[in-house]
Amino acid sequence: MSTLEHPVIEVRDLVKTYGDGETQIKALAGVDLAVHRGEYLAIMGVSGSGKTTLMNILGCLDVQTSGRYLLDGVDVSTFDDRQLARVRNRRIGFVFQMFSLIPRTSVLANVELPLAYAGMKAADRRRRARAALTTVGLGDRADHEPNQLSGGQQQRVAVARALVTAPTLILADEPTGNLDSTSSAEVLEVLDHLNRIGRTVVLITHDHRVAQHAHRLIELVDGRVVTDEPIRRSPAGESYDGRHRPRTGPSSEAVPA
Amino acid sequence: MTTIEAIRLAIRAVVANKLRSGLTVLGILIGVAAVILLVAVGNGSAKAVQQNIEQLGSDTLTISTATARGAGARVQSGALTMDLVDALTNREATPDVKSVSPVVTGAQGVSFEGTAHTVSQFIGTTPSYLEAVNDTVARGASFTDDDVRSHHRVVVLGAGAAARLFRDADPIGKQVTVGVARFTVVGLLGQKGGLTFADPNDVAIAPITAAQEAVSGYGPLNQILVQAVAADRVGAARSQAQAVLNEKLHVTNAANQPFQILSQSQLLTARSDTARTFTVFLGAVAALSLLVGGIGITNIMMVTVTERTREIGIRKALGAPKRTLLTQFLTEATVLSLIGGLLGVVAAIVGSQFTILGIHPEILPSSIALALGVSVAIGLFFGSYPASRAAGLRPIDALRYE
Ligand SMILES: Nc1ncnc2c1ncn2[C@@H]1O[C@H](COP(=O)(O)OP(=O)(O)O)[C@@H](O)[C@H]1O
Ligand SMILES: [Mg+2]
Repeated sequence: MSTLEHPVIEVRDLVKTYGDGETQIKALAGVDLAVHRGEYLAIMGVSGSGKTTLMNILGCLDVQTSGRYLLDGVDVSTFDDRQLARVRNRRIGFVFQMFSLIPRTSVLANVELPLAYAGMKAADRRRRARAALTTVGLGDRADHEPNQLSGGQQQRVAVARALVTAPTLILADEPTGNLDSTSSAEVLEVLDHLNRIGRTVVLITHDHRVAQHAHRLIELVDGRVVTDEPIRRSPAGESYDGRHRPRTGPSSEAVPA
Repeated sequence: MTTIEAIRLAIRAVVANKLRSGLTVLGILIGVAAVILLVAVGNGSAKAVQQNIEQLGSDTLTISTATARGAGARVQSGALTMDLVDALTNREATPDVKSVSPVVTGAQGVSFEGTAHTVSQFIGTTPSYLEAVNDTVARGASFTDDDVRSHHRVVVLGAGAAARLFRDADPIGKQVTVGVARFTVVGLLGQKGGLTFADPNDVAIAPITAAQEAVSGYGPLNQILVQAVAADRVGAARSQAQAVLNEKLHVTNAANQPFQILSQSQLLTARSDTARTFTVFLGAVAALSLLVGGIGITNIMMVTVTERTREIGIRKALGAPKRTLLTQFLTEATVLSLIGGLLGVVAAIVGSQFTILGIHPEILPSSIALALGVSVAIGLFFGSYPASRAAGLRPIDALRYE
């Protein structure tokens, strides 16, 4: 298939401006980027550097002002609303900074949601959602509601929901931005695990230590890529590496998926 | 996502905001209950009219003066007199007529030992009248033809009039004051059911001679009541009466008669038409309250959509098709409205146990089906704007909303 030949993400001279006239803001000022299958990429930058804007475009939530974006070799700018919804549903898994879950809806129902939108039968999607929850170490919290979970647990549910459709690309926008270090570690472990089993993960962060989990680092400054380099493993202790393993939390009864 | 799941989701969302949903539901409840109940009142009154027709019998004709059109002479010549009554009683000219009763009538103040009551129908007539209108004497006796001839001041009271004047006392043999004259009560009529807006029991019936002498004066008759020999001879009786009147009143132009002859059922049809018009008017007011309830749904759904913008954004990011979101919010609006509809039906059924405007409401099963159908339609219609707002949100705007 052609998807094997193409990068998952291919971006050429991507520009995004907000507003017009005097108040115009150039959030992205010509970004070039290619992300290949199985990569673990961190996008760093100070607040306002354009990280979220970039993620929204990569996630087909927004469209660029100019430039090209190919997802799996396909130019999504030609897609209509329905096709874009399908792309988001099948190819992309999102983890937002906070409030990613739908309130007053069980953890299981939250994770099932993308499968429901894909038209999968209830029994099948329940099974797959449970498996995804087990992967993130929350197999026993399926019937809880989001407000009964800690922030870290909520984000892990969001990760489970992002991976349940087995998407090509997982986009996480500051998934640990609102978490304490222990919770952060748990969420990052899950992302690490996903990458180890072959998923392409794009992790947006402004935290250097979080970025250390990825294998490649991109730095944005004023909507431009200023660094693009592989990550040198930093000495143990400086990142959260290795201190926790996925699916080994106290509540976990996980079996490998 | 299946329909059942969508409904379960909608119910959960409705229950999540109990007070708010409850108030919205109340709006629909009131509207639906009002519509069903008023249709039931209309239906009940139509049934009452129906009973009236059956009770009065379909074998009577009422002759009355046509409404005057200009020329005073015509009114004069159309005046109903005892002469006409005699002419109509002629067996040879009117073989299908069983009886002819002259009628003078009007509201009249009647009093008994300090208790005064205005009887809505004080009727002066002949004994045949009672049979023609199916009145039965429950106690005592009717007045007789001899009473008529001799101008005896006797009166037969309807159950309503008797109850108001005498309360617990026995009216038979007592003297009541009518205007300035005293009448002796000789009989009581049986209770009459089936009514529209006037109480048919609020009557007093006296010999026409005494009534004219003491109460109404010797003006023209208000009506002449003609009873045919049988219900299927009403048509023949009508043409015979018509011929007699034409001759007596020298009518040449058939299109412009000084009198009109109506069968009892025609009179009642006219009355039930009035009742129907009234019901339609009340129904329209009830429908307006349903409209207000519907606007309440739009309002609350707008609030819901705004509150849940972030949720809508997440759903869109997860790939919710526009149609699925549209369905989700439409279902929610419809569930709200249908709950209101169901409770409205319950309220209407409870309300129909009571007598309203003197009428016992009779709920039409079809009006329940209609009301439920309408409440679904209201949910769909008034929910469609907020739902399409939700479905049409750009994912990026929805996610950024705070
Ligand atoms: N909807 C918007 N309208 C106007 N300006 C925006 C909008 N979204 C983002 N921006 C601006 O674009 C720039 C990049 O924002 P963003 O991508 O959110 O940065 P980051 O996620 O790196 O903090 C900022 O200057 C921000 O103010
Ligand atoms: Mg951001």
